[in-house]
Amino acid sequence: MRFDDEPLVSGEHLPIRSDHDSRGRLERVLRAGVFAVTAELAPPDSSYPEEVYNRAAMFDGHVDAINATDGSGANCHMSSVAMCALLTRRGYSMVMQISARDRNRIAIQGDVLGAAALGVCNILCLTGDGVEVGDHPEAKPVFDLDCMSMLNMVRGMRDDGQFLSGRKLTSPPELFLGAAANPFGPPLDYRPHRLAKKVAAGAEFVQTQYCFDLEKFRNYMSAVRDLGVHEKVYILAGVGPLASARSAEWIRTNVPGVHIPDNIIRRLQGADKQNEEGVNICIDMINELKEIEGVHGVHIMAYRQEHRVVEIVERSNVLEGRELWHPGVARDEEPALS
Amino acid sequence: MPEYVHNHGPCEQSVTIHRMRSWSVRNARWLEVVYGGFELVLRTINPVFRLIGYKRLDKLFVAVEKIIKVSLFDSQSCGQCILSVTGMSCPMNCPKKIRNGPCGGVHVDGTCEVDPHMPCVWVLAWEGNKRLRVDEYPIQIVQPPVDHRLLGTSAWMHMLQRETQPISSQTTANNEV
Repeated sequence: MRFDDEPLVSGEHLPIRSDHDSRGRLERVLRAGVFAVTAELAPPDSSYPEEVYNRAAMFDGHVDAINATDGSGANCHMSSVAMCALLTRRGYSMVMQISARDRNRIAIQGDVLGAAALGVCNILCLTGDGVEVGDHPEAKPVFDLDCMSMLNMVRGMRDDGQFLSGRKLTSPPELFLGAAANPFGPPLDYRPHRLAKKVAAGAEFVQTQYCFDLEKFRNYMSAVRDLGVHEKVYILAGVGPLASARSAEWIRTNVPGVHIPDNIIRRLQGADKQNEEGVNICIDMINELKEIEGVHGVHIMAYRQEHRVVEIVERSNVLEGRELWHPGVARDEEPALS
Repeated sequence: MPEYVHNHGPCEQSVTIHRMRSWSVRNARWLEVVYGGFELVLRTINPVFRLIGYKRLDKLFVAVEKIIKVSLFDSQSCGQCILSVTGMSCPMNCPKKIRNGPCGGVHVDGTCEVDPHMPCVWVLAWEGNKRLRVDEYPIQIVQPPVDHRLLGTSAWMHMLQRETQPISSQTTANNEV
């Protein structure tokens, strides 16, 4: 997919538009009203950059942006800032996740500036899972900020050009700001208001927790629309393939915030190849979510099943014929989109 | 992981504390009214406090505030109280110290992601909020991060001191209860 002001060198950032906050492709795609596709990628347990490149290449030509998780599930991996730096320089559009769990305001503001200097255009602010669920449960949980105060702080850096302390920046970061949302966690009737609060704090796009319960999600979106929030924020609904009924059962018991209804588990149990059925369910979800008013895209979280993302995108036809750039491909042969 | 860290049920003391937290949330409406009156009294006699000197009164304020708030709200004495915003549920009891609403990890039954024996502080806060106001929920105000210098100090004292100080030297703490 090409814009009419594409840079001559493939992989370089786009020029910034007056009504945009970043030079990134994700913001361009969403603001152009295109149904966007993002996918999550956990950084490797490695110091070898090729592992990062190989992982990202699995999504080539099929996603608008890649989320680099920041110690997801409170487990230790390569830092999201490093993975984003490596991949951004290859031309990938990255969403850098920052969790409030591991760093205080001094470290986070430093990382935001550093990431922006390295070319990161999208930052997603998270509170983060508690250390108790991860592989270092004895670690000190920081939580100096929460997702909301972090959003507010990063927006202040961008819009007011200053640190939280009020000290001025010489050059503010150009960033498209994101947040996460869980429409399925109690208190359910507060969740739409919580989204409104995240927008008030600075969120311009949100990616939701896995959507497996369409009825609940439709109710949530209807309340979101009643509040008018869907017109102020781009909502990307979270989806993902379940490997088997057993793993679905494990996820819903052990992963905080993931809600998988019984009918999904039964559908998996009844299938000959549960793995394939997991992909089928994911594709069905995408097709249903696409039709919901106020949903601007999908966010595919295929942890340890990243190789299936291409199949999910192709079979669901969620790109609707859009051809996406990836490293090694010239942009000048595609029709331009203004 | 050592066994004693997890796999234990709620002790009797914590059950009592959780009941108390639920009670203060259920009674958020009149507790707020009572506090409104109390704050008015404090503000009215503020000139007297000023005359005596805030420094001299500091320890007394910290002690009285702690006794009242710990017994009613299981307050963690952050010194920048936002109980009136959180429906009388002390946000510093959240293991993630979130001051801006429930995280995504709340269990289906409304218990905390980190401590499943405890009702989520923010599920309670939302209940309290629904009792506080009808038109606008104060929970929707985006709260600044905690000022760690104020931990263990008196939020009431800061409120009274701010009244007599120019705006430029005020701290970020608001919405005292």
